[in-house]
Amino acid sequence: MQQLQLLGKNTLALISGLGRAVIVLLSAILHRPDFRKGTPLLMQQLYNVGFLSLVIIVVSGGFIGMVLALQGYTILVGYGAEASLGPMVALALLRELGPVVSALLFAGRAGSALTAEIGLMKATEQLSSLEMMAVDPLRRVIAPRFWAGFISLPLLAAIFSMVGILGAHLVGVDWLGVDSGTFWSVMQSQVDFNKDILNGIIKSVVFAFVVTWIAVYKGYDCEPTSEGISRATTSTVVQSSLLILALDFILTALMFAV
Amino acid sequence: MISNEKSANSASLVDINNLTFKRGERVIYNNISLSIPKGKITAIMGPSGIGKTTLLRLIGGQIRPESGQILFAGNDIPQLSRKELYKVRKRMSMLFQSGALFTELSVYDNIAFPIREHTKLPEAIIEKIVLMKLEAVGLRGARDLQPNELSGGMARRVALARAIALDPELILYDEPFAGQDPISMGVIVRLIRSLSDALGLTSVVVSHDVPEVMSIADYIYIIAEQKIIGQGTPEQIQQDKSPLVKQFVQGEADGPVPFHFAAPHYQNELIKNSPVLGSALNSMSSSALSNRGQI
Amino acid sequence: MMSKKIELMVGIFVALGIAALLMLSLKVANSGISGGGESYNLFAKFDNIGGLKVRSPIKVGGVVVGRVSDITLDSEDYTPVVTMKIYQQYDQFSEATSVAILTAGLLGEQYIGLQPGFMDESVEILQPNDFIEDTKPALVLEELIGQFLFGQGSGDE
Repeated sequence: MQQLQLLGKNTLALISGLGRAVIVLLSAILHRPDFRKGTPLLMQQLYNVGFLSLVIIVVSGGFIGMVLALQGYTILVGYGAEASLGPMVALALLRELGPVVSALLFAGRAGSALTAEIGLMKATEQLSSLEMMAVDPLRRVIAPRFWAGFISLPLLAAIFSMVGILGAHLVGVDWLGVDSGTFWSVMQSQVDFNKDILNGIIKSVVFAFVVTWIAVYKGYDCEPTSEGISRATTSTVVQSSLLILALDFILTALMFAV
Repeated sequence: MISNEKSANSASLVDINNLTFKRGERVIYNNISLSIPKGKITAIMGPSGIGKTTLLRLIGGQIRPESGQILFAGNDIPQLSRKELYKVRKRMSMLFQSGALFTELSVYDNIAFPIREHTKLPEAIIEKIVLMKLEAVGLRGARDLQPNELSGGMARRVALARAIALDPELILYDEPFAGQDPISMGVIVRLIRSLSDALGLTSVVVSHDVPEVMSIADYIYIIAEQKIIGQGTPEQIQQDKSPLVKQFVQGEADGPVPFHFAAPHYQNELIKNSPVLGSALNSMSSSALSNRGQI
Repeated sequence: MMSKKIELMVGIFVALGIAALLMLSLKVANSGISGGGESYNLFAKFDNIGGLKVRSPIKVGGVVVGRVSDITLDSEDYTPVVTMKIYQQYDQFSEATSVAILTAGLLGEQYIGLQPGFMDESVEILQPNDFIEDTKPALVLEELIGQFLFGQGSGDE
């Protein structure tokens, strides 16, 4: 009986949380955009969320590409198929690692920062104070952060994949001696724009939406204490990571399973 | 409605009628009524935790009451649509306990923020307004500092300058004296008084610092136990016969507001939880008795 | 002002992102751009298509001239029919053209090799949606090995 009641209570809490999250998002983004005031705010957030994530994305993309090339080479060379190194690395990056790993890194780097920042603004009454100044914090604070995250992550994912392929080229061609022409041409014959690149972009757009939504909602909805902020930050990272991986499976099944 | 407008125009800016507010199951206000006179400083006092800040949030329309009217210049705040509420809020401002300065903006930009947000004034005029407001709180020299470089008292003065940036009719002060050293406390007392006198602002001060409030308020409401337990000018409050008001004003530890939070009987609770301790307690009290007997 | 610097940084970030996207679509995937161009269909029946797949390349002397767009089974005689999408600029194949399913390397992927036939007054040019009659099926390694072993055995006796 008690278990049933607990289940009911948790279900209700989950549904009301989802409802609040939808309301926060919709009231933040559904209104006539004001470009005069909105553009500088969006710029500032694109800088915070996008530009400041570049370093981690570039470095990890490069290393992941290099590792892929090294691992792939040692396996492929056993079949005399090291010519397939290029497409192997490119497909792995474009279809999976680019969107997924950059989304995970983004959740850790930018998502947690967004939650903590908004939570702190709530705890220090800055959001209340905006409201009392007749400025809607959802539009002023939440909306530019949401859009910045939504725009940044697909770009970051593309940069991640590109740097990864360049890293693989560095290891595979310059170090292990695969022919550069073969590397690129075999890759080109195997990689399809619609199937691989476009699907990868669609994935990262979906991840961007989910991660940024969770991050801004968790910050806005957090308990305005230091403990509440830390809990909200943790759950942003945990929930977005789990959702990224689950959604990745669903999207892959829809896109590539024939 | 028309009569409300009249009464609002005549003497009071804010009228609260039969307000009931609950937080979950807990009743915070039970059917209270009060009015805040125009151009005066009204203080709301009471022990911590009775929801004084909640009252300010109710007036600001950030939360809605269970029942009752909150009239601001004739507008019933809980009934307003979002758009109307935002329009009304431009006529009031609130000084938060923490100051609530925007941490990413400088002092100057913090004060310019509401002006930029709600007017289309050219930057040159905005600068003049900001400097005037900063001069009024005595911090013109701090215009380029960041909020994290300010002391608590200075932050509150900057927040005050921001609160008066758009020349509101009503300022709500949330615990303006809490956690201030005596000097900045004095500065803030003087500022509230002089802003009220010079600009004809209506002020609502929520506080539990008795001497400061006594020194500046024109009218005082004391709230405890979900109700208004006393009201009047500072002199009337001093003379008040009610034991509850007396206890609060003189700061006695025990009285009508008991020292002990409501709890089951002390000894019973100790004995109930542990029979061993209960018998030990009994023998202890008997030995205490016997000791006393010896003495 | 502060915002100038931020605008510059954001500009760099967005430019990098777009450059990466462009580079991915141009340098990493080539087929997307050329595959989007004009093309026409030719058909061919094979006895066995082996490991041929939709999107496998069609080559003439190693140059890609199109891709397999569909593989179906003929409803009457149950032999595989391959639909070949040929780029519009290669529209001068004669009727004597032959096709074969070939393998890139020993274990590589399979593709269609087109052998353009001779050009002559008497031979017409292939029109869109024509069938190519002269086809060679895919080599199936198991069959080949089987034949070889069988041949060896009978030779000994």
